[in-house]
Amino acid sequence: MPIITYLLADGTKMNIEAEAGANVMRTAIDADVPGILAECGGAAMCATCHVYVEEEKASIFSEISDVEEEMLECVTEERKPESRLSCQLTIPVGVDQVTVQLPVPQD
Amino acid sequence: MKFTQPPEGEYEKHIVPVKGVSSLNFDPYAAEVLTNPYPHYEELREAGPIVWLERYGVYVVSHYNTVRDVLTNPDVFCSSAGVGLSNFHTEKPWRQPSIILEADQPEHTGVRAVFARILSPRALKKLTTTFEAEAETMIDRMLENGECDGVVDLAHAFPIKVFGDAVGIMNEGREHLLPYGDMVFNAFGPVNGRFKECLANLGPATEWIYEACKRENLTDDGFGAAFYAAADAGEITHEGAGLLVRTTLSAGLDTTIFTMGNALVNLGRHPDQWAILRDEPKRARAALEEVLRYDSTFHSFYRTTTREIELEGVKLDKNQKVLVLVASANRDPRHWTEPDKFDVTRKATGNMGFGAGIHGCAGQMIARMEGEIVLRTLATKVETIELLGEPSLHFNNTVRGYTSMPMRITAKKH
Ligand code: HEM
Ligand code: FES
Repeated sequence: MPIITYLLADGTKMNIEAEAGANVMRTAIDADVPGILAECGGAAMCATCHVYVEEEKASIFSEISDVEEEMLECVTEERKPESRLSCQLTIPVGVDQVTVQLPVPQD
Repeated sequence: MKFTQPPEGEYEKHIVPVKGVSSLNFDPYAAEVLTNPYPHYEELREAGPIVWLERYGVYVVSHYNTVRDVLTNPDVFCSSAGVGLSNFHTEKPWRQPSIILEADQPEHTGVRAVFARILSPRALKKLTTTFEAEAETMIDRMLENGECDGVVDLAHAFPIKVFGDAVGIMNEGREHLLPYGDMVFNAFGPVNGRFKECLANLGPATEWIYEACKRENLTDDGFGAAFYAAADAGEITHEGAGLLVRTTLSAGLDTTIFTMGNALVNLGRHPDQWAILRDEPKRARAALEEVLRYDSTFHSFYRTTTREIELEGVKLDKNQKVLVLVASANRDPRHWTEPDKFDVTRKATGNMGFGAGIHGCAGQMIARMEGEIVLRTLATKVETIELLGEPSLHFNNTVRGYTSMPMRITAKKH
């Protein structure tokens, strides 16, 4: 079973065991990971499930779609090259560990 | 508007195609069901995660997990055959299909990206102050009168004004928007008495909408103009831009109007919940979410199978319509604790009142913004809400809401 490591904005680390094919946002919501609101429930409409994916793991995920790109331009936190919407990230079969960093909230 | 009940008696019985699945003579569109659907949905959930509806020859899914599975597998459960009962792959659509709601990937993706950009959270921020000022004016006026109608004076008046302006449609004739939307949402169900009567009373609404969606009749700074600008840039066709304005008007008004009405009615009926919101107006957004879960606006729509598929142990044929009962999923005790309790402090995110997956409501951010502003302004200014009689329920095949809610409100003392 793959482990998703969530590095919270305050530096805390949460290791969550997920199923192969699990969604990074959904796994976080089920485990009550703070900092992922996911208001739209994964419809790529709210930009409140923003995470940074470590560079060397970026390629395991599907490419950023046009819709995701539009939303990434609306994130309220800092937009980086590693930015993704966690609701669009599925853990591929065969991957056993992924780390995502949660952004520092900004108003 | 007055609606007749659909005939309950005779119907052509469709025989269930496979053994071992419950087959019911349940009519989700019967007036009795629409009056209070929730006990009926509970029976349906108890009959199984997937049930055959003899009357319509469709399957219905009503459990939270099954509904989510269907909505998040658009390659198998598609939208291009229409999201209503009628199958566009075998019957002629009653109007030109929407290029976003009734489209599949890959065509859907590009159109949705345009829509997402034009109604993005960032674009909406600019509208906040205008929306807030309008909500204050309307609520102040209601407070001056004391006795008012929550649906007519606020739930209806607010979106017609602010959303109509945001899209950039003409002022004259906006009263046609609601009858048009009423027809669109009836059309997702069967051609029953209710739908026929709605069509008969429609008047010039369709022609008015057609005119309102034309570029020359739109303001040059609204969403409508932005759709046409996307067409100039080659992202969609000009015809597509007009269709997107139409979709915005048909999908974006009745839904928000009914949702705000449902919020007011449920807060009026649960004074303890109103008190929680009134004491902490910042709970408005979460309260709206609970309204969408507890008393969903868009109750049901369809998907169509693109191939043979097994769902909850039942083998479905290709081209089979499946009724997706999101309002039941939102009350499923397999997912929610005390689902029949209206609780504004609940974490109701994950409800499927806006659908789910790639077709999840593309207007949900502006809908949330409108609802939040109205509820927050109300909670900031109003002390008590007292219902004066029963609110009048509106009967529509697929959306649930009220046409009138006489009430008395008093101002907070500062
Ligand atoms: C509270 C109010 C609203 C509710 C309850 C609601 C509900 C829904 C639902 C359940 C769907 C999914 C339909 C399906 O999966 O087949 C949907 C789709 C859609 N809604 Fe909304 N809606 C609301 C407000 C709005 C507004 C204000 C707009 C326009 C700005 C809008 C535009 C759309 C569009 C364009 C789609 C199609 C999205 C796609 O297929 O990708 N809606 N809505
Ligand atoms: S959950 Fe809303 S964009 Fe990911």
